[in-house]
Amino acid sequence: MKQFLFFIKKEFTHVWRDGHTLFILLAMPLTQILIFGFALTNEVKNSSIGILDNSKDKASVELIARISASRYFDVVSIIPDNAHIDPTFKKGKIKMALIMPSDFEESLLHSNSAKIQLIADASDPNTATTLINYASAIIRDYQKELMANQDFPNTIKTEIKMLYNPQLKGSYNFVPGVIAMILMLLCSMMTSISIVKEKELGTMEVILVSPIVPLRVIFAKMIPYFIVSMINITTILLLSVFVLEVPIKGNLILLISECILFTITVLALGLLISIVAKSQQIAIFISLMGLFLPTIMLSGFMFPIENMPIGLQLISNLVPSKWFYHIIKNIMIKGSSLQHVWKETAILVGMMLVLVTVSIKKFKIRME
Amino acid sequence: MRVLRILLEKEFRQIFRDPAILRMIFIMPTIQLLIFPLAADYEVKHVNLCVIDYDHSSYSNQFVNKIKASGYFSLVDYTDSHEIAMDYVENDKVDLILQIPNSFEKQLVREDKTTISLEINAINGAKAIIGSSYLNYITADFNDEIRQEWNLWPRFNPMPIIQIEPLYWYNPLLNYYFFMVPGILVILITMVGSLLTALNIVKEKEVGTIEQINVTPVKKYQFILGKLIPFWILGLIILSIGLTISWLVYGIVPLGHLSTIYIFSATFLIAVLGLGFFLSTIAKTQQQAMLFSFFLMMLFILLGGLYTSIESMPYWAQIITWFNPVSYFIEVMRMVVLKGSSLSDIKFHIFIVLIFAVFFNLVAIWNYKKRS
Repeated sequence: MKQFLFFIKKEFTHVWRDGHTLFILLAMPLTQILIFGFALTNEVKNSSIGILDNSKDKASVELIARISASRYFDVVSIIPDNAHIDPTFKKGKIKMALIMPSDFEESLLHSNSAKIQLIADASDPNTATTLINYASAIIRDYQKELMANQDFPNTIKTEIKMLYNPQLKGSYNFVPGVIAMILMLLCSMMTSISIVKEKELGTMEVILVSPIVPLRVIFAKMIPYFIVSMINITTILLLSVFVLEVPIKGNLILLISECILFTITVLALGLLISIVAKSQQIAIFISLMGLFLPTIMLSGFMFPIENMPIGLQLISNLVPSKWFYHIIKNIMIKGSSLQHVWKETAILVGMMLVLVTVSIKKFKIRME
Repeated sequence: MRVLRILLEKEFRQIFRDPAILRMIFIMPTIQLLIFPLAADYEVKHVNLCVIDYDHSSYSNQFVNKIKASGYFSLVDYTDSHEIAMDYVENDKVDLILQIPNSFEKQLVREDKTTISLEINAINGAKAIIGSSYLNYITADFNDEIRQEWNLWPRFNPMPIIQIEPLYWYNPLLNYYFFMVPGILVILITMVGSLLTALNIVKEKEVGTIEQINVTPVKKYQFILGKLIPFWILGLIILSIGLTISWLVYGIVPLGHLSTIYIFSATFLIAVLGLGFFLSTIAKTQQQAMLFSFFLMMLFILLGGLYTSIESMPYWAQIITWFNPVSYFIEVMRMVVLKGSSLSDIKFHIFIVLIFAVFFNLVAIWNYKKRS
């Protein structure tokens, strides 16, 4: 036991002395939360648009003024004629062009019908559809005002209630995702690299021939990263509650136990990688391709799983982060208790047990 | 010149002898290009709907059928109980609950007005907004039909109608792959440029072989060029593999000239190689190098406009993106591939990336001198 403590101390000193690394490890959750919380939004606003006004009458000027006043659009370019539309798009100046027909006001008043063209740069399909929708909504509003307050017969009104997230904050989705990403990075990548390094430099041989139980050495390596992970989880949770104002509705103890469960699972993954990998670069490669990318892509935190082809959906079931993400999201946001997430928890426990047994077994084989 | 040639030969031999690196070079683009675009689909297609119909009238039936037929929604259950519906939402089986009041038809016909209610699981905000607007759209349509039925709607428009004609240029089918694939190519090239270069040089440090090179008469610039040129070539090879895959798998053929893409990529690679080289001068171990480049890469990618457009970011974040070489490359890639922009359209971008290239390399060389 005393030996074990010595090793833990040694590993701690390693991590502590490397100021750069420690700094990045601790700064990572902070930057991620800030970026995800404040910089990344799926909401489209201040999009640069160009305007080609062929009629320049009162109605068209009014409508254009209304569009440029909205926070979604920023009129950056006045297009002189049709021939200039394409070049303006090609220079990447605008995302959408609004083409007003000639005699807009006249056709609106006399034939009661006028046609506006909205051209969107659909190389970004999501933004394109969103912009078209926003612009159409403004135009329809304008039209409604023209019609004044006529009462229509047989009207169906819709009452909308947003559950769980009435302000439609994006933060609700990514906080659990950021936790999963950070844990993957720390517990699998960093841990496996530091173990493989001992192999690469040959110091592992020394440990293997010494009277110390080798697994203890490995555990000693994991403990500092485990502790840094716990610090990071605390930071993330504090930031999300106090800065992003994402509440923790469920039981805090349950939440933390789930985090610990997941941490152990990824630590076991890290151990497994370190057993398989012969060099640090391979360890990095395996963790990047095998753990990190799947966490980003297949856990459901950046991209909806239900949209994926069925093959990928099946594969996503093998990704521990998917289950973790689901559990944390439900506990934090919906306030689910264990009886709601027991299935996912059981799956995680199962994965952890399998990974731990396999890696310990493999580790022993290597010793013989 | 001869020294440089020998160094290059050494580097290439090292790269091609290391199966791990080779695998990285070929598997990475393939996997990323094959899986990422398939996974990265934000489009809201399947909104799971649960209908609580208290009315069970022919109108409510018609309404529900219309929603079902729209293709946007999949009806999970048709029930009378709000509790059951909420249970579905709790378990993530349902995104949207539509409640039809018990006198829906009667009110609509006799009182000219009725109210339906929508309850939406808004944890995923985008899905909530889009789901509700789809439903609103269908409701309005249904409403029009009902009006047609009950009122002799005049054939001539009594009110001004503005028709909106939406046109989707450069990608009329709104194919999401066209958007993602060029961006992923950029990420690949950036990763090869910075991560692989940094790891490669730091490995020499860690193993100690860099000392051996430092004591030979090899000049500094020769050593640096000897390190950077192979990865520059590798980067361009990966780009070619990537372009081939996107052509074979996704049918994406750049509208612009291929040479435009290569000229820009070659310039961009010089910049990221310089960055990788710089990282290698500050990192002492491969672990550090990995972490540093990982951290930077994360910032570059998240703030590069790959997933979310830069214009919707807050101003401070937009300023950060000016210093992000990746954001220029992603923009250029999409411009050239999808819009067919030419060299003169992107001259500003090339200029900026050239500045990056000079800056990163100068800093790296300066930093390198100090330690040798």
